[in-house]
Amino acid sequence: MALLSIENVSVSYGKAEAVRNVSLEVDRGQIVTVIGPNGAGKTSLLTSAIGMIPASGRVVFDGVDITSLPTEDRIEMGFCLVPERRELFSEMSVYDNLLLGAYSRRDGSAAIRASMEEVYSRFPRLRERHTQKAGTLSGGERQMLALGRALMAKPKLLMLDEPSLGLAPLITREIFRIIASLHETGVSILLVEQNARAALETASFGYVMETGEIVHSGSSATLIDDPRLIATYLGGGAH
Amino acid sequence: MNAQIAAILTLDGIASGAIYVLIAIGFVLIFAVTRIIFVPFGDITAFTALTLASLENKHLPGTVGMVAVLAAMATLMEIFSLWRKGTLGRVPRALLFYLILPLIPAGVVWLTAGTLLPTALRILLTVAVILPIPPLLNRIVYQPIADATVLLLLIVSVALHFAMSGLGLLFFGPEGVRTQGFVDYTAIIAGTPVSGQAILILGSAIFFSFLLYLFFSFTLTGKALHATALNRTGARLMGIRPQQACTIAFLLGALLAAISGILIAPVNTIFYDSGFLIGLKSFVGAIIGGMVSFPVTAIGSMLVGILESFAAFLSSPFKDVIVFSILIPVLLWRSYTLVHAEDEDEE
Ligand SMILES: Nc1ncnc2c1ncn2[C@@H]1O[C@H](COP(=O)(O)OP(=O)(O)O)[C@@H](O)[C@H]1O
Ligand SMILES: [Mg+2]
Repeated sequence: MALLSIENVSVSYGKAEAVRNVSLEVDRGQIVTVIGPNGAGKTSLLTSAIGMIPASGRVVFDGVDITSLPTEDRIEMGFCLVPERRELFSEMSVYDNLLLGAYSRRDGSAAIRASMEEVYSRFPRLRERHTQKAGTLSGGERQMLALGRALMAKPKLLMLDEPSLGLAPLITREIFRIIASLHETGVSILLVEQNARAALETASFGYVMETGEIVHSGSSATLIDDPRLIATYLGGGAH
Repeated sequence: MNAQIAAILTLDGIASGAIYVLIAIGFVLIFAVTRIIFVPFGDITAFTALTLASLENKHLPGTVGMVAVLAAMATLMEIFSLWRKGTLGRVPRALLFYLILPLIPAGVVWLTAGTLLPTALRILLTVAVILPIPPLLNRIVYQPIADATVLLLLIVSVALHFAMSGLGLLFFGPEGVRTQGFVDYTAIIAGTPVSGQAILILGSAIFFSFLLYLFFSFTLTGKALHATALNRTGARLMGIRPQQACTIAFLLGALLAAISGILIAPVNTIFYDSGFLIGLKSFVGAIIGGMVSFPVTAIGSMLVGILESFAAFLSSPFKDVIVFSILIPVLLWRSYTLVHAEDEDEE
């Protein structure tokens, strides 16, 4: 059984339908990506999956129908979102941001300290800057903090909304390397990206979204060689 | 005016300023977490003083009836909303938090009314009876409109203040009260007599401000509240429940209002409607702090207190006029600088 299954989800803002009848699945231990141009409805899909905006359809996580649960209950189940806007607590220190990442956990301060140590060894930059305010970090460091903060919740499934948005190419490569390495810890990932090639190279399965609908899906290996995608999303494969 | 009088007036101003500090910090705290300008804050302060006076006179304070009514309303609303959400399993918890806990201190006061308890116990009971009122008001009035605009929340707050004044008249009657002083001591500092009550007020303001600072700096709950104030979406994504944060903010605000009410009870004559002006002066302090900064708020409230004290010396009937008209340019300046600070905040 899939860890996350989104079934026939639609999202509307007033009359405008941003997501139309989308279904997708993420299996345990899998990295799945949703690629598509700006305005395709990717962010709306993730935001509704975590319960922050109303939607029709059904969301099942870890065998439980979570469609009518509030966001906070979903987080407590190990379902996390790193949003497009990061939503860091910019006036608070890096350390406090990480600590709040563990707010939903009930397994005691020793376990939380151990997670903090793990996050610091994965992101040494965060350890160096742990007393600094989140708002003073560079773009790449902010994304690392957003990832680290989400990891502090010990999620089963991590949804990442355009983690490479606004980052320099060198840092983007670093972020994708980190995402690939997170996978080894057993966390499942739903990765939303406009950077289609890097996303498909990281994920094992992909969906392509356009104007609110899934238009293609398949294993990353087949999608990356699909001539229709090469023309529109993969820049003619010129890498 | 010689230096001696100026010193006395300043000290007097610092003492009333210290009370405004506590209330103003409460305004900022509640606003930061909930976006609600809790206009009835001063009413809570006044009701505390009135409750303490009733206990001192061996009367049953009107607050007991008020708490009972509010608790019953909040409980019914909570059960109704649990029923609509299909989560009736949470009813026992709702009964505990909305009915049983608020009614315990009220019940104790009801049972012991007519006996004069020791001062410390009277103060403790008064605070315990007052504490649930703001969180209950939050449940009844604000929670159903939690997503409303700041302006709508403000309008509702103003309406709530008038409702509270009405209830105050109903429950406490029109007479003004003043309790006995807690301390009977006068210190001479640099040749100026300083009343023990003033020292107590200042000491309490410093103590509780410091306690609040510790709470926000070193506890996870405090940090979660701070996080909610900074970024509501981010906080929800960490699993921090906004309504829980609001309840805690109101509870802390209630504590500050109750303490200020206890402190003001022996120094001012308090009527059922005295809260508004006390609240308004504190609110000015909060505005000087931009509704965000606790230290600037504290300094601002102190300035209001000192200004008021000098104004009262110069012309007692016009003291409020003097205070508020001198503050208008300050507020204009603040609102100008604040609008710009907010613009920069946008990402
Ligand atoms: N809060 C909103 N109110 C109204 N329309 C919105 C809102 N958020 C997104 N949209 C619209 O929904 C569509 C999908 O947006 P979004 O989900 O952000 O797409 P993506 O993340 O793929 O760029 C766009 O047309 C966008 O303009
Ligand atoms: Mg997006």
